[in-house]
Amino acid sequence: MSILKIDSVTKRYASHTALDNVSFTIPTGCIFGLLGPNGAGKTSLIRIITQITGADEGEIYFRGERLKPHHIKDMGYLPEERGLYKKMKVGEQLLYLAQLKGLSKPDATARIKGWIDRLEIRDWLGKNIEDLSKGMQQKVQFIATVLHEPSLIILDEPFSGFDPINANLIKDEILRLRDNGATIIFSTHRMESVEELCDNIALINRSKKVLDGPVREIRNAYKTDTYQVIGNGHLLITSPDFEVLEQHENHGVFRANVKLLNGATPNNLLRYLIERVEVHSFVELVPSINDIFIRKVTETHHA
Amino acid sequence: MHKIWLIIQREYLTRVRKKSFIIMTLLTPLLLATFMILPGLLITMSGDEETIMVLDESGLFADKLENKKDLKFVPLAGSLEQAKTVYQETDNTALLYIPKISIDDPKGITVYGKKNTSLQTQIRLEEALEKEIENQRFIASGLDRATLDKIEANVKLNTINLSEEGEKDNNAVITSAAGVAAAVIIYFFIFLYGVQIMRGVIEEKTNRIVEVIISSVKPFQLMMGKIIGIAAVGLTQFLLWIILSFVAVTAVSAAFGIDAAPSPMEQYQAGKVAAEGESIASQDDEAPEQAAANSDEFANTIKDVKQSFANLPLLLIFGCFLFYFLGGYLLYGSLFGAIGAAVDNETDTQQFMMPITIPLVISFIMSYSVVLKNPDGAVAFWMSIIPFTSPIVMMVRVPFGVPAWELLLSMGLLILGFIFTTWIAARIYRVGILMYGKKINYKELSKWLFYRV
Repeated sequence: MSILKIDSVTKRYASHTALDNVSFTIPTGCIFGLLGPNGAGKTSLIRIITQITGADEGEIYFRGERLKPHHIKDMGYLPEERGLYKKMKVGEQLLYLAQLKGLSKPDATARIKGWIDRLEIRDWLGKNIEDLSKGMQQKVQFIATVLHEPSLIILDEPFSGFDPINANLIKDEILRLRDNGATIIFSTHRMESVEELCDNIALINRSKKVLDGPVREIRNAYKTDTYQVIGNGHLLITSPDFEVLEQHENHGVFRANVKLLNGATPNNLLRYLIERVEVHSFVELVPSINDIFIRKVTETHHA
Repeated sequence: MHKIWLIIQREYLTRVRKKSFIIMTLLTPLLLATFMILPGLLITMSGDEETIMVLDESGLFADKLENKKDLKFVPLAGSLEQAKTVYQETDNTALLYIPKISIDDPKGITVYGKKNTSLQTQIRLEEALEKEIENQRFIASGLDRATLDKIEANVKLNTINLSEEGEKDNNAVITSAAGVAAAVIIYFFIFLYGVQIMRGVIEEKTNRIVEVIISSVKPFQLMMGKIIGIAAVGLTQFLLWIILSFVAVTAVSAAFGIDAAPSPMEQYQAGKVAAEGESIASQDDEAPEQAAANSDEFANTIKDVKQSFANLPLLLIFGCFLFYFLGGYLLYGSLFGAIGAAVDNETDTQQFMMPITIPLVISFIMSYSVVLKNPDGAVAFWMSIIPFTSPIVMMVRVPFGVPAWELLLSMGLLILGFIFTTWIAARIYRVGILMYGKKINYKELSKWLFYRV
């Protein structure tokens, strides 16, 4: 079951096309990475999903229904450009934003209580936003995004502006929300920052979707059967089944990247190595999403 | 609807709780009261007493220069040199030296002072001397002052409005004042609070909160919520001003022992008339009975003022005031909002402010230069029909009486007008609030009107 289905969406602005026939689906309950460089069209797509703007062509289906204004209350959106009313108190601001999402006052108040305890900002409730540190403001804004317990949470560049400690705090919260059944969309150009978190991704480049699917499948499709070996001894590979891509030796410790050829398996390689050297580490070199993206983009450019 | 209500509440509460709002609300009536009371107060305590020493060698003015409350004459005898010495030893204001002159050629009269003689003193002395010389000339020519006073005509027109409801006493000054006051208030209200709308939109834009908000509500709701919320702030402030002004004027009057009039407006009018009456009296060097007549006239004027007020169609004026007040505000307010959405910061607003400012300023200037003089003329008619100028110009006309069809046409057009400007503003707004870092010109703006968002 997909929570969101994007069907051939095209969006044109006066001078350029922001989205060109983009289609993909987002499964319910996953963490979805919407990836691509700056200006690829990610924000345009998000604005269409959140109904800030409309698509010129194509349709978006939310839980199988055509996107309608009332779906807004099931979505939480944290824009890349963060902003809150500077002269408003934290508590009032959260209450206001939650009420705009359709939450009743008592409900909102109760939930705010829960969140401020969990994110340790109780003491800040009566402060004006402008008196808060940037990280603190980010926390408040994150709470505002998820307070109405949306089933779809869209986070644009979620970790920018957080120090590592707070970034982990937020990561944990995101995982908790996912475990409670929410679907999360991460939109970012820093692919390595969300790679480990994402179950599924879509790559967008120059307003076109380049590739999408479960992260594991994509990686498998792009892996090159290359393994990194570290060990003691003098390594010299002569078998035609293995190709050494890279090799270093230092004080008797070697490190080598070896590619399997002619249908050889990792076990073949391991057996071959064990007979010759002392193996300390044996790891498959899986391409990062970033590598895949670069490969994919250069491919499409050449094509 | 619920969401607009939330937005209105926020806009209202955040503004009303601001320190600047509270200070403005309290201070303005106080200032107003001060300005109303001050002129009267100043007149009652006007200046120090001045003593003028007089050396009259001509003998023409002996005992003729009349002492007044704050201007006293002390006759001297002897030579000029002696007089000067005597004067030097006193702290009197000046020494008036009148040489031997004839009333036909009063030349050579001199004032000696320790400082430069003030213009006011000079004028008052000249008046006193002129009056006396005139008197002497009258006597010389066989006329006396009393006869002349009888000849002198003093005409006051009573203006009566012959309408269907019968004859009504009417004072053009009061009628004009009522209309102009209403127009001025509307003019300032539109500017003051229109700019607040604009600032609010710019604030939301530069804070980048707008994207969060419009993922919850429609841009149109956000814009209207802001406009209505700020209107409520304005009305609150206005209402408080009226109440507080009344309280302040009453309090200040009581404190300074001036008779408190039943309403600030009447107090003001009375104050003005009193000021005029007083200044006339002080210029005239006349017998006490004349002063009595003056105060009689003064009392009559107050009665006139009250009468004229009572005869104005107050309910109609107030109704029209509310309508044009809100209509004009809505018409311009949405345009102010659109400007705020189109720019990134306040310094960029200048070029777009022009087309809003010009019709407002023109209607303001025209209302008291042209419309007031001829409230039923062609200029007045057209300007009170066109929605961009009607809120101000029509208010000037209403107290003079406007045919019902003109009023209805003007009101209808104003409603259409603000629906139209709101439509335009909403279109600019929804594009503009998400547009950053782009210099916008009119061509760009006109394109936005037809964007599909």
